[in-house]
Amino acid sequence: MPVQERRIILKHVDQPDYTTDLDCYLRHGGYEVLRKALQSKPEELCQEVMKSGLRGRGGAGFSSGMKWNFLDRKSGKPIYLICNADESEPGTFKDRQIIHKDPHQLIEGIMVSCFAIQAKQAYIYIRGEFPLGARLLEKALDEARAKNFVGDNILGSGYSCDIVVHRGAGAYICGEETGLIESLEGKRPYPRIKPPFFPAVLGLYQCPTAVNNVETLCNVKHVIDMGGEAFSKIGKPNNTGTRILSVSGHVMKPGYYEFECGAITMGQLIDEVCGGLRPGRELKAIIPGGSSMKVLKAGERYKGKTKDGKEFEWGIRDIPLDFDSMLTAGSMAGSGGIIVMDDSTDMVEALANVNAFYAHESCGQCTPCREGSLWMNKISSRMSHGQARREDADLLESVAGQIAGRTICAFGEACAWPTQSFVDKFRDEFLAKADKSATPEATEPKRAAVPLI
Amino acid sequence: MKLSEETHKHIDEVISRYPQKRSASLPLLHIVQEEQGHISDEAIEWIAEKLQLQPINILELVTFYPMFRRKPIGRRHLRVCRTLSCALNGAYKVCDSLQKEFKCGLNEVSPDGDVTIEFVECLASCGSGPVALLDDELIENIDETKTREIVGRVRNGQN
Repeated sequence: MPVQERRIILKHVDQPDYTTDLDCYLRHGGYEVLRKALQSKPEELCQEVMKSGLRGRGGAGFSSGMKWNFLDRKSGKPIYLICNADESEPGTFKDRQIIHKDPHQLIEGIMVSCFAIQAKQAYIYIRGEFPLGARLLEKALDEARAKNFVGDNILGSGYSCDIVVHRGAGAYICGEETGLIESLEGKRPYPRIKPPFFPAVLGLYQCPTAVNNVETLCNVKHVIDMGGEAFSKIGKPNNTGTRILSVSGHVMKPGYYEFECGAITMGQLIDEVCGGLRPGRELKAIIPGGSSMKVLKAGERYKGKTKDGKEFEWGIRDIPLDFDSMLTAGSMAGSGGIIVMDDSTDMVEALANVNAFYAHESCGQCTPCREGSLWMNKISSRMSHGQARREDADLLESVAGQIAGRTICAFGEACAWPTQSFVDKFRDEFLAKADKSATPEATEPKRAAVPLI
Repeated sequence: MKLSEETHKHIDEVISRYPQKRSASLPLLHIVQEEQGHISDEAIEWIAEKLQLQPINILELVTFYPMFRRKPIGRRHLRVCRTLSCALNGAYKVCDSLQKEFKCGLNEVSPDGDVTIEFVECLASCGSGPVALLDDELIENIDETKTREIVGRVRNGQN
């Protein structure tokens, strides 16, 4: 049986008659969930989210209900909600679809969440490279305010909350929640040290703050709509709901697809949903959750026990696409951005490309990351320019090994994991590059015919 | 500083959205750059004063965030995505041929003043790579034909 998408978040996206204006959203039952939510008790809404088992869709996969639970409600300070729309993890383009094609769904999700946590004010931090998205959201907000879905005394409930759209300016680190908060305060987005600066206690303006991803907030709307219990039955235990998978790279039909968590395997996704690889090509590697996550190599076997004690042995195509399975395969489902590479890919060049990204995006606050990401970039770039040495593989691993765990934020891991996994799994290619570089014709630095970097 | 009356009004409205004025620094930088094309020394001092900050508080943002620039650019701004998914599908080739067409290197104004090309990090449209932003418009699946189209549009001053 061919695998079927289950579209909840993307239900209306790409339908021919579906537009981004409020009238269209209302015709499709829009803002009914907000209406319903405003009649409930905020604590009950939080409990529904807890019951639903919803996990954050930004990358870490942390329980959303738990995140809200941590909010310091006793401080007497206002509570803020920030929608993290800084989608920047290479390979990920799911939030783009929601923002550009169904902005009111996001606004409704935000308002339901705001009411649940009794936020005083919400912000949408949208990446600077989505100028059109920012304008669409502003327009949608104007429409929503005019109909009293946002603003003062929402639908006569006595609850007031406004949403401000705030544009970033091209810095990847703003996706890190405390970096985002610094940026929203008008500073350089240097991530804050935790403890003590957990956003739930000391967030925006030192007030309790919830920072949630775009897809997560849209999910909240559906949790409240169908009830936490019903939502928790979608997908698999501890991996509830659907996930939007962004597939890119060497497949025939790249794109965004929404499935129940764990409903399909990597092989089904690539071969059936995405139309397979290009003709005559074999699978070589997959980055399963945005470019920070560890690469998976075709031909690897993954063995272990699942949480319920069942033994398994998977090939790369057998891995079910959910949070926990990807973890047992030694990587992470991250942001759902899946980058597929076929056998035409030079893994040294691919790593050089990834390293150039992280070197450019390191904020520079912590020495291991600032220096390490630059050195990894210099080494892998030199290797891809015909000047590789046999000791480079070890050198790369040594630099990467001194970054992870020694930085304020998770960027340290994000920039070390690609290098560690690429060099570990494709060591022969890194060594072969050196052997090739040692030939006389390779004494001058030169770029490959179609360079990746 | 010379800004249209409308912009002045818009700036005041934007500042009023935040409980602390300093939060308006990125929005103000965007607004000023949109009107003036780049961020001048005068703009930095003006924004700082407007938000009751020191000029360094604004300068350190301009030097950190990649989207702000200290110098004018060409009439059109072409940002080609460099990151992995786009690169796997030929972004380097696209960027090379655009530079040759306009006879300019990266981050320079082309000799005819038409364009500034940047090779930027991920634009979050990896499934339709290579992609580029022509000013605010996203152009997807750029192959040789689309490259020629982009060149034509920039040269002819079409939108």
